[in-house]
Amino acid sequence: MIDFGLSDDQAALQRAARELLAAECPPALVRETGASADGVPRGLCRTIAAQGWLGVLVPERLGGSGLGTLELALLCEELGRVAAPGPFLATQLVIAALVRAGSAAQRTAWLPRLVAGEAVGTLAHLEESDRHDAGGVALRARKARGGWVLSGRKCFVPEAQAADLLLVAARSRAGSGERGVSLFLVERGTAGVRVVPRRTMDPTRRTGELVLDEVAVPAGALLGAEGETWPLLERLCDLACVAIAADSLGGAQRVLEMAVDYSRVRHQFGRPIGSFQAIKHIAAEMVADVEPARSLVWWSAWTQDARPKEAARAASMAKASLGDVYSRTARRSVEIHGGIGFTWEFDLQLWFKRAHASELAFGDPVWHRERVARLDGY
Amino acid sequence: MDLSDSPEEATFRRTVRAWLGANVPRRTRHDALLPEPERVTRAKAWQRRVYDAGWLALAWPHEYGGQGADVVRQTIVNEEWVRARAPQLIGGMGIQMVGPTLIAHGTEAQRRRLLPKILTAEEIWCQGYSEPGAGSDLASLRTRAELCDDQFVVNGQKIWTSNAQFADWMFCLVRTDPEAPKHRGISYLLVDMHTPGITVRPLVQMTGDPGFNEVFFEDVRVPRANLVGQLHDGWTVANATLFHERNMLSSTTRTQQLFQRLVRRAQRHQRGGRPASEDAVVRQRLAGLAIRVETMRLEAYRQLTDTIRGRRPGINASVNKLVGCELNHDIARAALEILGDYAWLAKEDDRAADGGLWPIDFMFALGLIIGGGTAQVQKNIIAERGLGMPREVRPAPVAAVPGAAAPGPPAVPGTPGGAA
Repeated sequence: MIDFGLSDDQAALQRAARELLAAECPPALVRETGASADGVPRGLCRTIAAQGWLGVLVPERLGGSGLGTLELALLCEELGRVAAPGPFLATQLVIAALVRAGSAAQRTAWLPRLVAGEAVGTLAHLEESDRHDAGGVALRARKARGGWVLSGRKCFVPEAQAADLLLVAARSRAGSGERGVSLFLVERGTAGVRVVPRRTMDPTRRTGELVLDEVAVPAGALLGAEGETWPLLERLCDLACVAIAADSLGGAQRVLEMAVDYSRVRHQFGRPIGSFQAIKHIAAEMVADVEPARSLVWWSAWTQDARPKEAARAASMAKASLGDVYSRTARRSVEIHGGIGFTWEFDLQLWFKRAHASELAFGDPVWHRERVARLDGY
Repeated sequence: MDLSDSPEEATFRRTVRAWLGANVPRRTRHDALLPEPERVTRAKAWQRRVYDAGWLALAWPHEYGGQGADVVRQTIVNEEWVRARAPQLIGGMGIQMVGPTLIAHGTEAQRRRLLPKILTAEEIWCQGYSEPGAGSDLASLRTRAELCDDQFVVNGQKIWTSNAQFADWMFCLVRTDPEAPKHRGISYLLVDMHTPGITVRPLVQMTGDPGFNEVFFEDVRVPRANLVGQLHDGWTVANATLFHERNMLSSTTRTQQLFQRLVRRAQRHQRGGRPASEDAVVRQRLAGLAIRVETMRLEAYRQLTDTIRGRRPGINASVNKLVGCELNHDIARAALEILGDYAWLAKEDDRAADGGLWPIDFMFALGLIIGGGTAQVQKNIIAERGLGMPREVRPAPVAAVPGAAAPGPPAVPGTPGGAA
């Protein structure tokens, strides 16, 4: 059987998302959100929640739509197409963690609120070392008074400033390997929790640090088995990679279209610049980058649910490739636009900056290529 | 989305795998390194065995020598080909270019006469497209065919004709109406290479191999029955073949095999006192290429799915050709970088890695970036037909033959060339 294409339902979902976001998330909203205090476009978030998009990974019995990672990727592609700001992806990661490993009590307490968009979640796994392997998790968790006490600092936490629920990776046993990594659900309001917003070049997304100063959490805050959740954390990061790759695909497609549209209306030497081969060939190279990448993104999403053994490799391949493709396509688009593409007023800069932020988040292309080499046994 | 084998497909796959396991020739030297007569003889024998076993042209109808199966079976065979490191087939231009063209545009007599022998490798085909004055601007070709009674009389010259030195047939573009605009006076002929009046003069390629040729036609008589499509409407047929050629040149099977060979070489070649594959920079190169190879494999699945669902392929073939040929070249380039001082040792030198195949692969891949429509021609097609960007403002067209009336508007949709 070779059926490597979208079903009618999947295509319809993507089409509907595209139409909705074209209306609900214009560049003006992206700019306005970028200038706001917490980076959360509340109206857009309500719309997204009302569509049920936050529940695509949640089984129907838990209040979701019971779809899959491919559907999530299609939505992310459309969000990337409009450079949508907000905590959609960050919240999805916590939802996925709860669906995969949450206790009944944890799910009951948080899933309905997260899926309804009433609470924002995020994943705090990196630290100052910026290491993406298990050795990067050094923040200490020690047992105390029937619960746990967490102390340390997490870095590069997506949308930290808006999060109500933080999924924190910590080390609950001595060592630096994969054993000993635990995940904790930490509420923003807990005593000793402090969020320090960071300034990034990407106006469409936020990042921050999480400072935990002797934060006491109950035993029920532990998600999954104590000391054994590195594999789960890796799967969550793979999911993030797929989602960002899909977002990058949508963004790359959009900046390509912007360049082609502009090349038709901009005249120099008495004709549209799009009639010059110098411009056409850059545009064709963008197509040759972006079109095949779509297959890679679909496959990386599909493997997360259908081929668990290939999921890590596929996620790294998609993340590495789309990181390069999006940044390169954005750069080529700026070149085709010329001077106007370099200005603050022209919207292309929003996508250009998002492209480079996406390239780095959850492991840059170099990191993921090394992971591919390792997984392929070189 | 589903890429898993049905029970019947799984059985089929096991059968193919077992056959290849038992029949792939053990080779001490890669076929490309063998001297020509031996290479051709062995390659024809291999294709015959593959055909007799039933693994060739699975999706062709029974009456033309195919298996009447679906394209999924063909894909399974291709996948197993990669896995078994099985040799490629010599009849590629017949199987993948003129074969599908005849199935779509040929007469019933042509199909029954020609298709089975394409598969058995009894008849090898070559392509008569380019001329000294007609490269990227293919439609300006001048080889003349005049219809006298029931025969065409062909005069002119073709160039860069791969395999003409041992081919039995040529599919050939000729000018049948010099008065018409250049795209509208071309016909598509099937020429028996053993006909009197044909002279083949070898051109040695950069690699040192006699891969392509000049072919001269002097009053060569071709039966009218060998016309494919309508008289003067060869451009339509030519484009069908070009579409198949682009896909053949970007065959993901060949690319995957080339990449496998690169990885094996990187694991064996010592660089800085350890296997090259342990070097961080080399690992980046390998993984980067692995991602591109995987992407093209998946892209082929997506396009196949589109075909099965009845969608038009658009500019896919041009993207495939552009990306696939560049990828092959980069894989060979990576091998040269890994091999260091050993990289440029010639195939005649017994210290050359892999028998000296890599420099040949590297140069050959560059040839294929140019052949079959240059990378620049593909980019024009992608931009103009895929993205709808404005066509180049073109100078007044040159008359196709001396003394011809000035042709009409040159910009006919379906140009494989375009100004490059």
